[in-house]
Amino acid sequence: MSARMSRARRAVLALPYLWLSVFFIAPMALVAKISLSHPAEARPPYEPVFSFSDGFAVALEKLRSLNLDAYRGFAEDSLYLESFLTSLAVAAISTLITLFVAYPFALALARAPQRLRPIFIGLAVAPFWTSFLIRVYAWIALLKDEGLINHALMTLGLIHEPLGIYATNVAVVIGIVYSYLPFMLLPLYSALEGQDPSLREAAADLGATPAEVFRRVTLPLSRRGIIAGCLLVFIPAVGEFVIPDLLGGSDSLMIGRTIWNDFFANRDWPTASAAAIVLLLLLLGPLLLAERLRLKDERLDR
Amino acid sequence: MAAVPLLAVERASKRFGSVVALDEVSLDVGPGEFFALLGPSGCGKTTLMRLIAGFEAPDAGRLSLDGQDLSALPPHRRPVNMMFQSYALFPHLDVFENVAFGLRRKGLAREAIKKRVEELLEIVQLQGFGSRRIEQLSGGQKQRVALARSLAPGPKLLLLDEPLAALDRKLREETQLQLKQIQRRLNTAFVIVTHDQEEALALADRIAVMRAGRIEQIGAPPDVYRRPQTRFVADFIGATNLIEGRVSRCDGVWFVAPFGQIALGPCTLVDGARATLSLRPEDIRLSRDGDGLPGRIAQASFRGQSTLLWVALDAGGSLRVSCAHDAGFVQGEAVRVAIPPDAGSLFAEDSR
Repeated sequence: MSARMSRARRAVLALPYLWLSVFFIAPMALVAKISLSHPAEARPPYEPVFSFSDGFAVALEKLRSLNLDAYRGFAEDSLYLESFLTSLAVAAISTLITLFVAYPFALALARAPQRLRPIFIGLAVAPFWTSFLIRVYAWIALLKDEGLINHALMTLGLIHEPLGIYATNVAVVIGIVYSYLPFMLLPLYSALEGQDPSLREAAADLGATPAEVFRRVTLPLSRRGIIAGCLLVFIPAVGEFVIPDLLGGSDSLMIGRTIWNDFFANRDWPTASAAAIVLLLLLLGPLLLAERLRLKDERLDR
Repeated sequence: MAAVPLLAVERASKRFGSVVALDEVSLDVGPGEFFALLGPSGCGKTTLMRLIAGFEAPDAGRLSLDGQDLSALPPHRRPVNMMFQSYALFPHLDVFENVAFGLRRKGLAREAIKKRVEELLEIVQLQGFGSRRIEQLSGGQKQRVALARSLAPGPKLLLLDEPLAALDRKLREETQLQLKQIQRRLNTAFVIVTHDQEEALALADRIAVMRAGRIEQIGAPPDVYRRPQTRFVADFIGATNLIEGRVSRCDGVWFVAPFGQIALGPCTLVDGARATLSLRPEDIRLSRDGDGLPGRIAQASFRGQSTLLWVALDAGGSLRVSCAHDAGFVQGEAVRVAIPPDAGSLFAEDSR
């Protein structure tokens, strides 16, 4: 790269930053601001601590008397703690299952004859041409007690009463695994497809059985795909709202739903905002870790 | 060649779709032998090597090692190792672990593995490189790690796929020497695949020259060079002059070339048979005023220890002639071209 970037180049690079500033950083700043305010019977239902019309001195003064009530309250509230833990557990389990489902799938795709691969990839992402909501609703029809799956199993005499999956966390996990499969599949496929086949031959030549070739060569070399796929599933799954709302029970507490409830049902914007900020910080950890691993891998590739 | 071959390939054939990669190829490799599969790209030499390694199965024919049929053995159970052209080093492992890869599953103790890896790194002159990452190595170092790794399990036969192709010329010559020394020291049979005839001549005890899925000739380097059995071999190995003409058997045996007659040694071709004569540049004698065909130096090219001359014959046609640099022929000079009777190799027309 030349020392001085051309104007066009800078403009192109500025575009994503601009996008992120306007649609991510600015809203997050607003949410952060709300999280530091007092709830109020108003519209919007909070008393702003900061105002953009404040002078610097006033702002500094206010900074001293920041209202951390929302954060405090929510640390004491077992509902939030439980929601966080449930969300993390459900997301982790879903991510793991997605990985185990997607890996053989990605391996089969990567080893398929070259000219068939685009067709298989197309088939794998084909369901995403229909609306996400409709596909989640379809799972209700499949999972509910008088639904397709229970009906079929009972007709076959395999079970005598419905499995009772619908409206539980099991249903939520099924929904997440189904919905996020391509986000796991594609990074895995790209990591596996790029592997030099002569590495596997070399391993076999050196005495490794097919299982050992997988464990000692294929698997470690697809690490980058595994990390990327797990992040792409885990992070949105933690904050997932629609799937738990539709497939989960009324008692299934996931953080996305709890935040939604506080925003729209309880109209407690500061607490909900505080929860959103904590969620963001929680998810930043694995992201940074993954980024460090990725940079290390990239250096390795060269 | 030893009485009992280590590797025996018997009438092995392999097709890929409509392409015949190998057509009834047979050869033997003796224990401790350095054997070269030489040919242009697409001649089937790589396919033959992959057959021996077990990555491909022959459509017909049989391969055996030490008398044991190989067909039932998958690659990981063959006592054969391979050094890949791309080296195929594992990027996620360091040098030590790459070399140790083939030792990890032999039930060896940790200490024994360490000792063996160090021994191998010493053989390839990479002592102390164990903890280096693969991407930190130069091309020549990678090549040596690949060699050490493939030798680690102690194969009965080592396959080397164009092992020197990625190295620059100077390094290649050095490495050739080292490769030969290592092979002699370990007394392991090496089968090298190469398209570089100089490399094959320099390294191998015997060479199989391949073309279009068939073996054209198997022999020791001087044999293949001095007594090529087909026109292709004569042309592919070293530089040569190929002259088309016919055999005449009146008043002795003559080769009738477009530019004149050349005396031949004993040959089996009948009078009037169409044939090609291969004449090595160094077998042609040039003089200023001796016997021979008259000609003129068209071009002279300095080649270090010798000079390569293009001689335009007065009767038409031209010959490449190699002579000592101190002979001092210069461009435009009139010369006489003498061809000793047994200098060339004669091929009947249908042997192309």
